[in-house]
Amino acid sequence: MTAKFFTRAALYGVLLLAALFFLAPLYVMVTTSLKDAEQIRTGNLLSLPGSFNLDAWQTAWSTACTGVDCRGLQPYFWNSVSMTVPAVLLSTAWGAINGYVLSMWRFRGSELLFGFLLFGVFMPFQVVLLPMSQVLGYLGLSSSVSGLVLVHCLAGMAGTTLFFRNYYAAIPKELVNAARMDGAGFWRIFWRIVLPMSTPILMVTLIWQFTNIWNDFLFGVAFSGADSKPITVGLNNMANTSSSVKSYNVDMAAAMIAGLPTMLVYVLAGQYFVKGLTAGAVKG
Amino acid sequence: MAASLHIAGIRKIFGKGASAVEVLKRIDIEVAPGEFLILVGPSGCGKSTLLNIIAGLEQPSEGELRIAGKNVVGVAPAQRDIAMVFQSYALYPTMSVAENIGFALEMRKVPKEARNKRIAEVAAMLQIEHLLERRPAQLSGGQRQRVAMGRALARDPQLFLFDEPLSNLDAKLRVEMRAEIKRLHQISGITSVYVTHDQIEAMTLGSRIAVMKDGILQQIGTPDDIYNRPANNYVASFIGSPTMNLIAGCAISTGPRGIFRIQDGCETVVCPPAGDVQLGLRPEHIHFSADALWRGQVMVIEPTGADTFVVVKTAAGNITTRTAPHVAVAVGDVVGLHFAQEHAHWFDRQTGMRVSAESRSK
Amino acid sequence: MSRSLESLLPKLVVAPAFVLGFAFIYGLMVWNGVLSVTASRMLPNYDEFVGLDQYRKLFEMDRWWVALKNLGIFSVLYVGGALVLGLTLAILLDQKVRAEGFLRTVYLYPMALSFIVTGTAWKWILNPSLGIEKLMHDLGWSSFHFDWLVQSETAIYCVVIAGIWQSAGFAMALFLAGLRGIDDSIIKAAQMDGASLPRIYWRIIIPILRPVVFSTILVLSHLSIKGFDLVMALTAGGPGFSTDVPATFMFVMSFTRGQIGLGAASATMMLATVAAIVVPYLYSELRAKPHDR
Repeated sequence: MTAKFFTRAALYGVLLLAALFFLAPLYVMVTTSLKDAEQIRTGNLLSLPGSFNLDAWQTAWSTACTGVDCRGLQPYFWNSVSMTVPAVLLSTAWGAINGYVLSMWRFRGSELLFGFLLFGVFMPFQVVLLPMSQVLGYLGLSSSVSGLVLVHCLAGMAGTTLFFRNYYAAIPKELVNAARMDGAGFWRIFWRIVLPMSTPILMVTLIWQFTNIWNDFLFGVAFSGADSKPITVGLNNMANTSSSVKSYNVDMAAAMIAGLPTMLVYVLAGQYFVKGLTAGAVKG
Repeated sequence: MAASLHIAGIRKIFGKGASAVEVLKRIDIEVAPGEFLILVGPSGCGKSTLLNIIAGLEQPSEGELRIAGKNVVGVAPAQRDIAMVFQSYALYPTMSVAENIGFALEMRKVPKEARNKRIAEVAAMLQIEHLLERRPAQLSGGQRQRVAMGRALARDPQLFLFDEPLSNLDAKLRVEMRAEIKRLHQISGITSVYVTHDQIEAMTLGSRIAVMKDGILQQIGTPDDIYNRPANNYVASFIGSPTMNLIAGCAISTGPRGIFRIQDGCETVVCPPAGDVQLGLRPEHIHFSADALWRGQVMVIEPTGADTFVVVKTAAGNITTRTAPHVAVAVGDVVGLHFAQEHAHWFDRQTGMRVSAESRSK
Repeated sequence: MSRSLESLLPKLVVAPAFVLGFAFIYGLMVWNGVLSVTASRMLPNYDEFVGLDQYRKLFEMDRWWVALKNLGIFSVLYVGGALVLGLTLAILLDQKVRAEGFLRTVYLYPMALSFIVTGTAWKWILNPSLGIEKLMHDLGWSSFHFDWLVQSETAIYCVVIAGIWQSAGFAMALFLAGLRGIDDSIIKAAQMDGASLPRIYWRIIIPILRPVVFSTILVLSHLSIKGFDLVMALTAGGPGFSTDVPATFMFVMSFTRGQIGLGAASATMMLATVAAIVVPYLYSELRAKPHDR
């Protein structure tokens, strides 16, 4: 029996090592953000902070400098919020309706058109950066949060449509036929029958979109102006400022602030994400 | 409010050009108000397509369709006042049984009180009052079937359509539900069209049966017509279990009454002048007779309780007979087979069409 | 609602998606292509068309070749590393481990973070004087030397490490789902046939997972080509431009250096690379799918 014991021990050993590898940066971020400059200089990555010191967090939030501005991450945080919430809701709703049509009300050429739309999920967005900034300029939306919302909706629509279409495709068409016979029309079927069945995929899409849009940097840095930069841009500016004194504790606190929302979503709602991915459409 | 159904010249073609498939080739059927018509046939014969066309879920390529005298081609399903029961029941999974039943009434803006009253009526009729607050996922197959029926009944429509509603049930439940459906039809009197591939369902439920194959109506008639006077050898072998025995034999023609040789040493007088015909005999019409000329050896004995099926190997092929359980035969016995001339069915060997008898002889 | 309205409404509803979607994807793509054949610098210049000049200039730039080389190194190591680590972890986790749920959460949480956050954190960890090097010194290995981040030769490998840290959990999740989807009876049959567990994994299970490997490579490659955020946060393309990748090259040229035409050309090249992988895949996927009624 000891051979089995050793293999199990080795198994757990490796898994534990891997866990440490993945947790270490988090540990480092948190502990560093709680240290003061002295402790950083004298201690090392793994040393614990002397005392529970939230000064770095306070600085990161309200007074740290990101380029010429020294208002901390606070304004960027709220920019991200006002960009992410509408963009997530709009792109998800749009994807749901598109997915509904493409799975249950197919028409000639709809599959082909969808195929072409799919490329939007994979294409590198670098290729739309330059033209899009011109478009935003014409629309008077450059350097604004609304402009960012628009871009995220356009960019995310292909992906959300894909999610919903694949999910709805698993719903038997007989259900829609039964509703048509019962006298329900296009919108009624969506509202009363399809949408109530969509909880798993809604969770998946909302979480996916929230994570992608909150974490986005490319659009944020290309299309935002002084007042509309999202938190990822703010963080990058803060961490890369070439000021004379680097406050690593502030940098780490800032990184935590930027990362907490999506991490929280992941920890709290991650199970719904997985459940949604594995749930097919409701049988029966 | 039973309606008549008039189907004339209905054709359905899928695809275009070289790859076009004609799924329905000129279907003509008249259904009288209150009738229960069965559409039966093998998979791919077009029966479900025809049902969908009646429902309005698909459009015919050609032809006329009238419900209660009104042309409905081009009219949306919701407007046709038809209720349909689907093979998979298609119950709305996020609604309770009561909501499922009342959904169509809701769509027609029937006020809540009247709706609830109707739901209670229907639930009582189907004995599912205790299930009204449950969700479909919590019901058994038989219960879901009843709810699906309830949903259709609640509407009091002009026409009922059934798309193989019993296929997903186990054998025992199927027999129960068959009787239920028949009972409900007698109470409601609503014109019904019922699709199935099961010929027993067809025979027991329908006031008339339409047998289909490859998009063509093979025969339409009462169960008695279909069983005792099949129009061609396809209908003859499709309806009836075990299948009718079809004997190729060999026709010898001499004079106005032809002679048909079943196998060497065994001939029978054929009423139609022997042309190229084949003989059809139902298992229950073949008896054992010690001095019959048609002889064979018993191969398989299948006792089913009420009957015993005996498969006899003869020179004319394997013949299935149905006998009473007490008849004593054993595997390997040599037996003689006898049948009455009036029970013989004759089909043209090339076309399969029924050839009528002009006179009878024993 | 008449039948013709019933069939028109879905088309109307989905029309904005197709119109706007195609305009966004293909319209802007073409527009970018147009820019790449002009002499645009700070501002778009539609009066001067220069054919393939910008592309020629692109491929004559050292910096672009460095970017391409880095893309190659990064992609191979990032995809390969995440794949191997992910598969290993998935196989280990599949062994009915206690606290599997907890471990899964731990391996996967980095995916929830922005690449900027990851880059910022790892920049600190790999900091030459205060990061890993100092830690090792404090622990006793005084001769440990780890300044990869600031050496132009090795900086790209730092990006690889941070990238693998971020994405291995995702590969693990995909493989775990694949492993769980394998019919138990196949494993049992193999055990009856006398195969040992490692053998079973190597000869039976991993081959069954081939489609998962394929789609994981696809997703990770796609992520690596877009790899912009990670580089910007970790090294900002430096030291110098030794960790430049096409994505950062494009951005710097277009928005910082005022070379819009050149930037557009580099974007087109990125598009070509992605299309070369994705289009055949999409084509085969859509053809293989059975059509519903």
